[in-house]
Amino acid sequence: MTAMSDLTKLTLAAARDGLKAKSFSAVELTRAHIDAMDRNRALNAFVTETPDLALERAALSDAKLGKGEAGAMEGLPIGMKDLFCTEGVRTTACSRILENFVPPYESTVSANLKKAGAVVLGKTALDEFAMGSSNMTSAFGPVINPWKRKSDPSARLVPGGSSGGSATAVAARMALAATGTDTGGSIRQPAAFCGLVGIKPTYGRCSRWGVVAFASSLDQAGPMTRTVRDAAIMLGSMVGHDPKDSTSAPVAVPDFEAALSGDIRGLKVGIPKEYRPDGLSDEISKLWEAGVDMLKAAGATPVEISLPHTKYALPTYYIVAPAECSSNLARYDGVRYGLRVEGSTLDEMYAKTRAAGFGEEVRRRILIGTYVLSAGYYDAYYIKAQKVRRLIADDFAKAFETVDVILTPTAPSAAFGLGETDDNPVTMWLNDVFTIPTSLAGLPGLSLPAGLSADGLPLGLQLIGRPFDEETVLRVADVMERSAGFSAMPAGV
Amino acid sequence: MSLDKDTVRKIANLARLEVRDDELNHLAGELSNILQFVEQLAEVNTDGVAPMTSVAHMELPRRADEVTDGGYPDKVLANAPERNDGFFLVPKVVE
Repeated sequence: MTAMSDLTKLTLAAARDGLKAKSFSAVELTRAHIDAMDRNRALNAFVTETPDLALERAALSDAKLGKGEAGAMEGLPIGMKDLFCTEGVRTTACSRILENFVPPYESTVSANLKKAGAVVLGKTALDEFAMGSSNMTSAFGPVINPWKRKSDPSARLVPGGSSGGSATAVAARMALAATGTDTGGSIRQPAAFCGLVGIKPTYGRCSRWGVVAFASSLDQAGPMTRTVRDAAIMLGSMVGHDPKDSTSAPVAVPDFEAALSGDIRGLKVGIPKEYRPDGLSDEISKLWEAGVDMLKAAGATPVEISLPHTKYALPTYYIVAPAECSSNLARYDGVRYGLRVEGSTLDEMYAKTRAAGFGEEVRRRILIGTYVLSAGYYDAYYIKAQKVRRLIADDFAKAFETVDVILTPTAPSAAFGLGETDDNPVTMWLNDVFTIPTSLAGLPGLSLPAGLSADGLPLGLQLIGRPFDEETVLRVADVMERSAGFSAMPAGV
Repeated sequence: MSLDKDTVRKIANLARLEVRDDELNHLAGELSNILQFVEQLAEVNTDGVAPMTSVAHMELPRRADEVTDGGYPDKVLANAPERNDGFFLVPKVVE
């Protein structure tokens, strides 16, 4: 019998094996995490906690485990980003406009996880409609990163975003793992800020059905975990072809865990020279070089590559994503679901509802998106951005003719403090400078913790793979994880 | 491109977002900044490049035109702010 507090420190893989070996029960494992949620409520990681549902599910899992019918995630307590519609459980996207929305249906990804036996502890916080890199745009208050600066332990740091609640929940050991979604870096950047592994799979790998839409040509779901193996296990239970999403790829689901062979000899690893912008911190540069050394030591060959359109990825994204956001968020009209503020005419009701329901960042993106799609500007902005997007995707395709995987930093800095950013929204957007190109090209990207900053905060490296080659990405990440030996934990956890 | 207050008002109307008059100046400045930032794309030569609308390397799948879902009006209406007799209610639109 493992002590209750230790149960929250297990990896997903160890918890799975412990359940199978009957070292503890799913109910005990779940209860340990519910206790951790109680202790850490001040971090604001969960928007909606569902402890009773979780315990019910855990009891069912124990019965299945007893009969030897365990699914791949049987009895494992996880957090569910509050962007996945969950039948009968409030789903807010951390927006006032969906504050009281209770979906009558279940998203495909959350249904897949439940089918595999996962126990959902609750809905984790995010930036409103997943638009943000700090979790500060949530309508329900910021989420706090459990990591602290050595130099100033009292400073409250952001967990990154938009999947910040998921990142904090996993880092603070309130959940063994959590789901995220990533449109321009929303899994990878918070994973880097919180010392976790996060993978955004290839566009089309995970069904988008039932995921509250932000930018449909970019949105992808993925796991956030403490190890690469855990990411492989959970990813396998999330993916799969879904006829309900017309962009869901009809491809076979590999055994991702089996891809972790530990052998990357002979692999060519691309190091893009454009990912060294002026002002990139020494710390991040050194971490990146250390990553290259780890790969060399394991028998892989670094190759300098060029992705010449990299600097245009951010402006491209900030046309394409707001354009899609303005279209997608047109559905919030005060008629079918969500908030409604009365007006004397239908148009007035729309305008008042939307003004009251959307926060500042969402409003800003809707306005930009509406402008770039409006008559007279559509070609100059939107079509232009779609053309540059192709050039960015072509850069990657060309690079992958000679390399098997690409290594870059995940984010340009460690986690920053609440209120330490300036008022210019573009400054916040720069957080995603290394993750956005991958999203535009639809490629799999993984962030893994590779070291600590001088101030004691986790830093991440990103691996990018060919379309539908998550296996190579995971295999390389697993080797790097062993070399990096990242074992630090946030203080007090 | 620098946006003036009138343009912001027009965009807000297109987006059906009520914006207070005293917010227009601030928004015009902010949106102009963003547009200036994205306008660096103008320096990229995109002659002969086809716009990329999707990264999914697949044909849009087709299926038979059949009803495969439905028959639960109560579920559909469950979250409606106002409903009556199986319908969504909106303010009067026809005089």
